[in-house]
Amino acid sequence: MHSDPAEVKKSVRAYVTVGLLLLVFTAVTVAANRFHLAVPAAITVALIIAATKGSMVAAVFMHLSHEKQWIYGALLLTVVFFIVLMFVPLFTTLDSIGTPLHPATAAHGGGH
Amino acid sequence: MNIPYTVEARPDTGLHNGKLGVWLFLASEVMLFGALFSTYILLRVGAVEWPHGELSVPLGAINTVILISSSVTMVMAWATLKMNDWAKHRLYLVATFVLAGIFLVNKYFEYSGHFAKGEGPWHSTFLAIYFTLTGLHGLHILGGMIVMAYLLGPGARLWKRNPEQFANRIEITGLYWHFVDLVWIFLFPVLYLL
Repeated sequence: MHSDPAEVKKSVRAYVTVGLLLLVFTAVTVAANRFHLAVPAAITVALIIAATKGSMVAAVFMHLSHEKQWIYGALLLTVVFFIVLMFVPLFTTLDSIGTPLHPATAAHGGGH
Repeated sequence: MNIPYTVEARPDTGLHNGKLGVWLFLASEVMLFGALFSTYILLRVGAVEWPHGELSVPLGAINTVILISSSVTMVMAWATLKMNDWAKHRLYLVATFVLAGIFLVNKYFEYSGHFAKGEGPWHSTFLAIYFTLTGLHGLHILGGMIVMAYLLGPGARLWKRNPEQFANRIEITGLYWHFVDLVWIFLFPVLYLL
């Protein structure tokens, strides 16, 4: 991150440019929604635009494009756990605990 | 007692403590919102049908523009401070505070519209997750406003005593604020458009 006033002055133009680009991308997101794409395509387009916007905020406004190793390390760990968190719904659909292994046998009952 | 490394960087991390602290806090925030996004996916995938077009896209888009603008004014508040322009710094910080207020006012009107129609969180699964996600995000906006109010009011005295430490406080407030903006960037398409 810059702390030298001259360097900060140079970054001001980048802040304004990124701000304007974010507004343009917001307009694109809303416009894309008017095309009534199929749900999978709409989700893909919306998330790609949101991820692009999010990366711009993180890289430029939060100065992540030039940060210290410690911050990258902490964020890498966060990303790993975040991905695991996003896959939790998938684990629930794969979960077979409590369901009978042989439904037919279970239906006829296997009492003692 | 003096708290060490509020201005100068720690030799081992290369960072002042406040900055590392706020990044660790933001990491925990990612997990908090991540858990709720995961819940949203679980509810949506498991639902027989999912409502579409229940929320006002123009209001959501206006709030997106407001938050993006507030992120620009926040980073400018830090940049002008680093350039020793106190008057402009105050102007940008007040602008960020006002934009945050406008965001909450918009949200109030949006919420009241739903409640007037009897559409509270109890109405449907979609509205339950909508109110949870946007309510938590709104609380974060409110938290940011409280910190900004402090930095505009009594906290501003630090500038005269220790300008570097004050600039660091503005920087870490900015990091938090940009994160709040970043969360909304994902909330808007997920809740309003998809």
